[in-house]
Amino acid sequence: MNEPKLIPMPQTVVTAPKMDAVPSGDAQPAQTRLAAPSVIRQFLNQKSSGRVPDGLFGGLMLICALSIFVIVLLIVFVLVRDSRLSLHAFGFKFFTGTVWDPVSGDFGALPFIYGTVVSSLLAVAMSVPLALLVAIFVLEICPQFLRGPISFLTELLAAIPSVVYGLWGVFVLVPIIRDQVGPVLEKYLGWTGFFAEPNFGVSIFTASVILAIMIFPVISSISRDVMKVVPPSQREAALALGATRWEMIRISVLRNSRIGIVGSVILGLGRALGETMAVTMVIGNHPDMMKNLFAPGYTLASVIANEFTEATGDLYLSALIEIGLALFLVTIVVNAIARLLVWAVTRGNAARAH
Amino acid sequence: MGVGIQVENLNAWYGTTQSLWDINLHIPANHATALIGPSGCGKSTFVRCLNRMHETNPIARAEGVVRMGEIDIYKDASPVEIRRRIGMVFQRPNPFPTMSIYDNVASGLKLNGFRKKRVLDEVVERSLRNAALWDEVKDDLKKKSGASLSGGQQQRLCIARALAVDPEVLLMDEPASALDPVSTAKIEDLIFKLKSQYTIVIVTHNMQQAARVAENTGFFLTGKLVEFAPTTKIFTNPSDKRTEDYITGRFG
Ligand SMILES: Nc1ncnc2c1ncn2[C@@H]1O[C@H](COP(=O)(O)OP(=O)(O)O)[C@@H](O)[C@H]1O
Ligand SMILES: [Mg+2]
Repeated sequence: MNEPKLIPMPQTVVTAPKMDAVPSGDAQPAQTRLAAPSVIRQFLNQKSSGRVPDGLFGGLMLICALSIFVIVLLIVFVLVRDSRLSLHAFGFKFFTGTVWDPVSGDFGALPFIYGTVVSSLLAVAMSVPLALLVAIFVLEICPQFLRGPISFLTELLAAIPSVVYGLWGVFVLVPIIRDQVGPVLEKYLGWTGFFAEPNFGVSIFTASVILAIMIFPVISSISRDVMKVVPPSQREAALALGATRWEMIRISVLRNSRIGIVGSVILGLGRALGETMAVTMVIGNHPDMMKNLFAPGYTLASVIANEFTEATGDLYLSALIEIGLALFLVTIVVNAIARLLVWAVTRGNAARAH
Repeated sequence: MGVGIQVENLNAWYGTTQSLWDINLHIPANHATALIGPSGCGKSTFVRCLNRMHETNPIARAEGVVRMGEIDIYKDASPVEIRRRIGMVFQRPNPFPTMSIYDNVASGLKLNGFRKKRVLDEVVERSLRNAALWDEVKDDLKKKSGASLSGGQQQRLCIARALAVDPEVLLMDEPASALDPVSTAKIEDLIFKLKSQYTIVIVTHNMQQAARVAENTGFFLTGKLVEFAPTTKIFTNPSDKRTEDYITGRFG
């Protein structure tokens, strides 16, 4: 058996001091010179302690993080300051009032809140199953050569400007929903009261469909990315227990990535709540609160976009700004509820992944 | 009760590289069989061919006959049916992190639609006892997640999970290689205890471990089964020079 040999690190070239140059008595033995630090040691030893750059970097990050608070506070401050006229005039009743009458100066935001929340939730309900199925398909089932194109198209969908979605909605989606989809839904689901005549094509339902398509790429690509990082050992664990492919997807892929998936849904919901242009073009812009989803509606974002330029009078303007405040609050409340739900669901069963 | 496994002319590939060459062996029922050999010699590939996990890798391919009892696992059954009957424990513990300890153990049964709560409770307790984990976790079965246990406990949890579906064969791919000596000893005791009821195949690169737990030992080298014999013979009187070199530490 041969002895293991340690190969020495490259040494810096140390020129041996001339014996006659060294003061007598202190002559170094040859071995000590050989033990001079290696190139790597010398390099590492001369590096600074790292305290200064770490401190600077830490400070920089703190400033960036704090700026988020400042921005949010500034937004709230401006919204509240500029809507004080309407805040004074209507108080809390602004959020529960159902009349929006600029002529007589009576402003209530409830129909807009209703339109925003209903169209967004409906959009999420339609988009999530589709987005998750596509993500699962791309990751687990799709043949290699289709993966790239599907992912690319999904991301492309996210890059289309919302006004283009609006145009497409007006010219393609509205007629389809009026003439093809509508009658079918009325026939089979009319008894629920959610799908009834009159159906002109422009409606909360149409807005939801557009929104569902718009938030699809966000939900699908983010949840695909979270599912991708589920370790292969988790898949093997399920398969080795005799799971079918679908069961494996359910207990190891979806289950392990559910927090990330919920995150993607919340992001999608945020986008749906605030989307303005496409919705404005297909929702009908009528401040009603109908159970019938084929009836026109109005959203907070749409009313601001439609009426801001023509708002005559300080109270009218101030009411529109308070609509902005309402949108801000709705977003916060909906997000908070979503997070509460997640917390309630995952708390019971020892949830957190690592 | 376990069943024996008969392997005939098994070959396996990853892409175009062949990793197993003409393996023939008989794994007797209700005994422990150890597989040893230097790393990269094909031990994992071999055990993964026994429960058809090999083919979950898209580039992998296997040819040959593997009979479990009467059935030819590549011809007479689907991979899912085979894996329901053959439990597997991996080198790195892989409990489901989002499930409680209880749900981890019950996962194999729940997956197959088993819902009788009383029986589930019983099975979970029995499996955890068999895996020598019951006393350590019985108080927070449903409170703690599978990931909150130590490495050794996680591996025993994975063993309990595999035992819960009452398999006929238990494959263990280096089950103790990531564990400390105490946990390793526990797992060896466990194999010793379980082998009267299950057919156990254990891959190990620890030769003492093979000697302690297994009746028969196979020695793999570069994708070939060099020697397969009773463990005492392999370790005291191997008939192949390469086996002797390996166990006396001359290479590997
Ligand atoms: N997923 C894989 N892809 C390609 N080659 C692999 C893969 N897994 C193992 N191999 C190759 O197969 C051979 C046997 O590997 P393995 O069965 O893991 O050996 P062991 O478990 O004995 O260490 C090795 O040469 C290895 O490089
Ligand atoms: Mg291995």
